[in-house]
Amino acid sequence: MRPPSPSIPEKEFVYTALKESLRLDGRLPLEMRTPVLTFGPDLGWVECAMGKTRVLAQIEAKMVKPQPERPFEGSLTIHSEISPMASSDYEPGRASDEEVTITRMLDKVLRRSDALDKESLCILAGQRVWHIRLTLHFLADAGNLLDCACLAGMVALKHFRRPDVEVIGEEVTVHSPSERAPVPLAIHHTPFCFTFAFFPDATTTPVLDPSQLEQRLSAGLVSIALNAQKEICVFQKLGGVPLGADDILRLVEVAVARAKETHELVEARLREDWLGRKVEVR
Amino acid sequence: MISASDIPNQTIMSFVFPGDHVPAQHVNLKLGPGLLLSQDTNYSSNRDVPTVIATRAGELHHSANCSKWWIEGNSRRYVPAPQEPVIGSVVQRIGEAYRVDIGGAHVASLDSLAFEGATKRNKPNLKVGSLVYARVSLAHKDMDPELECFDAQTRKSEGFGELKGGFVVRCSLKMCRDLLDPKHFLLPLLGGRFPLEAAVGLNGRVWVSAKETKQTIAIIRCIEAADPDGGGLSVKGIKALLDTLDV
Repeated sequence: MRPPSPSIPEKEFVYTALKESLRLDGRLPLEMRTPVLTFGPDLGWVECAMGKTRVLAQIEAKMVKPQPERPFEGSLTIHSEISPMASSDYEPGRASDEEVTITRMLDKVLRRSDALDKESLCILAGQRVWHIRLTLHFLADAGNLLDCACLAGMVALKHFRRPDVEVIGEEVTVHSPSERAPVPLAIHHTPFCFTFAFFPDATTTPVLDPSQLEQRLSAGLVSIALNAQKEICVFQKLGGVPLGADDILRLVEVAVARAKETHELVEARLREDWLGRKVEVR
Repeated sequence: MISASDIPNQTIMSFVFPGDHVPAQHVNLKLGPGLLLSQDTNYSSNRDVPTVIATRAGELHHSANCSKWWIEGNSRRYVPAPQEPVIGSVVQRIGEAYRVDIGGAHVASLDSLAFEGATKRNKPNLKVGSLVYARVSLAHKDMDPELECFDAQTRKSEGFGELKGGFVVRCSLKMCRDLLDPKHFLLPLLGGRFPLEAAVGLNGRVWVSAKETKQTIAIIRCIEAADPDGGGLSVKGIKALLDTLDV
């Protein structure tokens, strides 16, 4: 069953409020909810909450034989499935359009943006490489699952540390974390995703980080994935809202500012967590 | 399995899980939401006395003379029960009836004659997407729930009917039960600041309306902040929040 669309009074109220630049949760149109990052007991276990939207990201590393056509590269796979746990709008088994969009965007932002250095995951050319598996659990959907999931996934990659390995000739020794300090993954850059929602009335200003109701009532969404160095990785526009070039440039400018803020927040939280964490090395 | 004799006869409330036996026995027993009179006597040692089992998790409460029993807990998914006021949105019109989404597992049906003053010729015309405040008239485990917008005896609306304008806040089921309590602080506090209209449904939806958009948003934010599922703010916290909202 498709979720029922918002009722007429709700729709009218949201549109009139947005025309007055008021949002239901008291935010400014271009203000995003501050992400709250919680780290778990294991490295690579991150929960990201933006308001009531919550996504849990978890990373596992495994040694596998590389693909024959790419003997020097490790691999990253992303597993994400939206279960009815997130919201009763999602059905088990069948992927909704939204889920397909989120999965493809995650693939573009986290994997194809080359955020992770795949060659550094090589242990023994053609024989042993690291396979990084990122699992995303969508715990609650209160709008903008995509940005929350991208952030959770990216922070998890930065938070994770794989066991140190030593190669002598053909022999591979894996050192347990208590023997040698685990090593972080080699990250080229950290892209973050920002989603803007557009409304049917052209005079209404676009909003950043839409809530579930705003997302449902929007006429179009624009997602920009970029890093703090102002490098755009993905630009996605959904829905048929006509946009001028200067509109898009304005959005990009907003996204650049937010990316810098988010980058600082993520770095600060990661540093804080690492200092509070005891990794015993004998 | 906990049998009735295992639970001590305590007067203070206790916590029950679905499937737990509840030691509710009275000549004139009244069971509230979350309790089921089970005819299945397999678990009971005494074959003549039907047992009461809990169907929800929560705190078990009973009245002073042990005649009324109910379970209080918080959840987000609504299970319809007869005589409860709910807020639903019309999803479909089928002939003489409307299909209304009330947030439960099944859509409810609302007959177009179940309104005050409705006749075969003169019926309310609801569009798909309209909001209605209605009472659950039938909630059976094997049938779709049914709604009515009037009192079947007096044929008066008693506040039920279509809701125009305003906004619907979604909250936890505990919050909307609290809002129906006349002693709860939130609605009188907000009403003291500006005039407002509200209709509380027991399905976790509260319809609110005020003159200005800003005021309606203030109500929405206060309900969400006071929700035990969200912020769970007290009177003091809500007052502080209201002062920042400039209403």
